[in-house]
Amino acid sequence: MPTELQSPSQPQAQRASAAAEIVVERVSRSYRTGRGQVPALEEVSLHAAHGELLAVVGPSGCGKSTLLELLCGLQSPDSGSISCPPAVLMPQRDLLLAWLNALDNAALALRIAGLSRLQARARAGALFVELGLDGFQDARPHELSGGMRQRVAFLRTLLAGKPLLCLDEPFGALDAITRCEMQDWLAQTLAREPRTVVLVTHDVEEAILLADRVAVLSARPGRVIAQLEVGLPRPAPGGRPRVRTDPEVMALRERAVEALGIGMRR
Amino acid sequence: MNAQIARARGWWAPILLSVALLGAWELYVDLAGVESDLLPAPHAVASALWSNGGLVWRNFAVTAEQVVLGLALALACGLALAIAIHLSPLLRSAVYPLAVGSQAVPIPVIGVLLVFWWGFGLFPKLVVIALICFFPVVVTTVDGLASVDPEQPKLLRTLDASRWQTFRFAELPAALPAALSGARIALAVGVIGAFIAETSTPSTEAYSGLGHEIITDAGGFQTARAYAATAVLFVFAIACFHALALAERRLAPWAGQSRGDTR
Repeated sequence: MPTELQSPSQPQAQRASAAAEIVVERVSRSYRTGRGQVPALEEVSLHAAHGELLAVVGPSGCGKSTLLELLCGLQSPDSGSISCPPAVLMPQRDLLLAWLNALDNAALALRIAGLSRLQARARAGALFVELGLDGFQDARPHELSGGMRQRVAFLRTLLAGKPLLCLDEPFGALDAITRCEMQDWLAQTLAREPRTVVLVTHDVEEAILLADRVAVLSARPGRVIAQLEVGLPRPAPGGRPRVRTDPEVMALRERAVEALGIGMRR
Repeated sequence: MNAQIARARGWWAPILLSVALLGAWELYVDLAGVESDLLPAPHAVASALWSNGGLVWRNFAVTAEQVVLGLALALACGLALAIAIHLSPLLRSAVYPLAVGSQAVPIPVIGVLLVFWWGFGLFPKLVVIALICFFPVVVTTVDGLASVDPEQPKLLRTLDASRWQTFRFAELPAALPAALSGARIALAVGVIGAFIAETSTPSTEAYSGLGHEIITDAGGFQTARAYAATAVLFVFAIACFHALALAERRLAPWAGQSRGDTR
């Protein structure tokens, strides 16, 4: 069995595995609200190696988005430490700019880096076509389907040229069929364009299908209640993504769901 | 898209309503026997316009220039002020109350001062129009600049955007439709603004605008001519409004689409 269910009380064992590129050590973060201090994350420790896809699963309001903002440097932890390479955020909503067409939206990071509109379009154009978006270059965001908008938003994230991608429930707002398509698309795209990825999702199956490692967070305040090593190969470029009816995928899914159930009862 | 079709389909509606209103007006004057110095009938206004065409036209040219330049001045000042208010919370708390208060200042109070500063020419009149028109531009643009999704600046920061780039790529384009809506409101008050400008700051020109003419005619029992000049202002305001709507569709084509979008 290539999996192991680690208890969060063994940070030593976690740290020992691999030369980690992302190390989150006992990070806590709380927010001041009208009703006083509300903890979002409590003593969260995570790690991921270069090129790995770490999925963070948890119920709504478990501080998943906070975790990504911490990784992106948009917030600082109250305590604990974070070490990770420069990260780019793909927020839940695609946030495509209505006044730019699809290719210009995808090339936004290149414009920000100082390229002219034409240079940025030329630089982004090849990847745009490669990732199956050909024909939509000049479409405005409102003319695109939900799945296409997420593809453009992901391409915008990719073209930021950062080693770490932070994806915040990228397919959460899509219908079930489109979501399945997009999961396969993301697996194949990452095979072509490998990056270290932290994927936040509330969909356990999505986590197992895409990730090398899954961290399960409890309800607010978010604590790591289980870590699963998926141990299944990721697809090679052009290869077949993982299949959701694969017995190993289903077994892992059960373990993660079980962990979530324990976390909620506690 | 649907809005455009609806606009095209309904082209006859305002004409029909105008004809009906003019008919009712004509009937009212005839049947009630209203004095023509009090309210001239539409046909009398039309004939006054016809026989005074040259005079009305020259005065109209003066007023139209004032409205267009005054509105441009209002837009420039309004946008600059809105951007400054957006970027600086301190400036916002300092300037916003004064901008609101400025709308309560009756122009004749300061008309003499403006003439004392800038003379009898065009400029003090532009200042009056700008003073009357800038406020809606400021309010709509400030709101437009703040209408950006709060996640957007976060995303742009992780794309390494500077404050200026966040402004240029996200906030400024997002505010453009709102700013143009503000311009349309400004224009609607801009025509009456020109009237106030002409009547509160004296002029030494031979033709000093429709507003000036209307006041003179109304006082000199040339009521039909005053109404003729008013009708010209009326049509001018409608034409300017449509010109701005056209500009909005050109400059911000996404605005109507996302509003009518049922995504």
